[in-house]
Amino acid sequence: MAMSFEWPWQYRFPPFFTLQPNVDTRQKQLAAWCSLVLSFCRLHKQSSMTVMEAQESPLFNNVKLQRKLPVESIQVVLEELRKKGNLEWLDKNKSSFLIMWRRPEEWGKLIYQWVSRSGQNNSVFTLYELTNGEDTEDEALQPCPAHHSRWAKLEASSESKLPD
Amino acid sequence: MDRFVWTSGLLEINETLVIQQRGVRIYDGEEKIKFDAGTLLLSTHRLIWRDQKNHECCMAILLSQIVFIEEQAAGIGKSAKIVVHLHPPPSNKEPGPFQSSKNSYIKLSFKEHGQIEFYRRLSEEMTQRRWENMPVSQSLQTNRGPQPGRIRAVGIVGIERKLEEKRKETDKNISEAFEDLSKLMVKAKEMVELSKSIANKIKDKQGDITEDETIRFKSYLLSMGIANPVTRETYGSGTQYHMQLAKQLAGILQGPLEERGGIMSLTEVYCLVNRARGMELLSPEDLVNACKMLEALKLPLRLRVFDSGVMVIELQSHKEEEMVASALETVSEKGSLTSEEFAKLVGMSVLLAKERLLLAEKMGHLCRDDSVEGLRFYPNLFMTQS
Repeated sequence: MAMSFEWPWQYRFPPFFTLQPNVDTRQKQLAAWCSLVLSFCRLHKQSSMTVMEAQESPLFNNVKLQRKLPVESIQVVLEELRKKGNLEWLDKNKSSFLIMWRRPEEWGKLIYQWVSRSGQNNSVFTLYELTNGEDTEDEALQPCPAHHSRWAKLEASSESKLPD
Repeated sequence: MDRFVWTSGLLEINETLVIQQRGVRIYDGEEKIKFDAGTLLLSTHRLIWRDQKNHECCMAILLSQIVFIEEQAAGIGKSAKIVVHLHPPPSNKEPGPFQSSKNSYIKLSFKEHGQIEFYRRLSEEMTQRRWENMPVSQSLQTNRGPQPGRIRAVGIVGIERKLEEKRKETDKNISEAFEDLSKLMVKAKEMVELSKSIANKIKDKQGDITEDETIRFKSYLLSMGIANPVTRETYGSGTQYHMQLAKQLAGILQGPLEERGGIMSLTEVYCLVNRARGMELLSPEDLVNACKMLEALKLPLRLRVFDSGVMVIELQSHKEEEMVASALETVSEKGSLTSEEFAKLVGMSVLLAKERLLLAEKMGHLCRDDSVEGLRFYPNLFMTQS
């Protein structure tokens, strides 16, 4: 599963690291940032981060290009992610956050689909089985951190009467 | 002879003239001195001698300094004289013709007679001592003998009086100098009254401002260089002067604009126009006001204000937006450019180059890279590339 991370073309484009004043341009820029953050965190299995870490991480700091996204702009990107439902702040000071590269409802749907397919409605599963069981190995369910599962199960159960 | 002090010869208040006699010569003790022909005046307080030839040479002795007097009868070839014996001079005596003298008496020689009457009157004054009852300014009064405390006061007071006189003189000079200013202030007062009355009328919305008042008001304002304030902001209005100026500018600037690619910053225009004029230079305000009228007057130039506040004059035929397309090409060719690099390439001023690049960014053709290395512009790949 470990694949070398492929940076998108924007990562090598210096203006990517300057928050664009033109509104339309900025929209495109932020969209690109959001998807980059999510795919980066997914690959590195990082579900939470502090803002300090983020600043120095290769994600926002392209050493080769000698460009880094300034912290105020990082905040703007994180806010975008939060609005989309992919991010949650872990503290009041907004110093660390949770990254959910699949939104809870997306997980919920997937779990429900898997459960239906394997014909196991109305049985009880532990969290562990769901995330680490043989049956789920190749499925998209796999890299699903524990606390995501919790969320997901809540979503799934609200969707289709899966017992907790 | 060292008891005499220089004086203006003018009598003080409370000092009155008793008698005067021409043709009097003064002797220092027995010696003849240069003061050989003068007018001797006796007042209630002093004995004053003024040179007949040089009226500015004038000195006096206080009567209080006289111990006693005696007559000396005339002889063959000699005029009648009065001998005046004097107290020693006070240590702070004011300057006089002689600093020091070995004699403590003087002689007054009456070459044109009059000695008898003079002597009589002088004796009378000595007896009556009217100076003691009618005080004049203190520097005239001295003491019989040296009394340290009081003498000092007299000297200082004398100096103070001189300073006071000097101050009065200065005051007088200043008021003369400012006479014109006070005339100006009278005019200003009129104007203030007028503007107050107009302001009140406007405020109360009552009474029409008369034609006459309006004209007067406008003329005052114009003379101060303010165009009609009510319509200053709107294009198309403004004084005749600005309209004429606008037409003139259109003529002057046509050529230079074409040379510079159809666009010039307003500061460049200001320099160019004033250099051409040589005399009767334009103020920046006048220039801006005239330029504001260019479009309204349908002249071939117009004033344009960018978002950043930079003001330029461009030819009507000049389309900055079209220039943006060519700017994009240039930037794309080079990958990326700063304002300075772009300016150099195209042959524009850096200020205008920056404005063009910013306009291109605004239109979405370029994007920016702002780092410690500076501000660079790139083609906007965010939009063009998926």
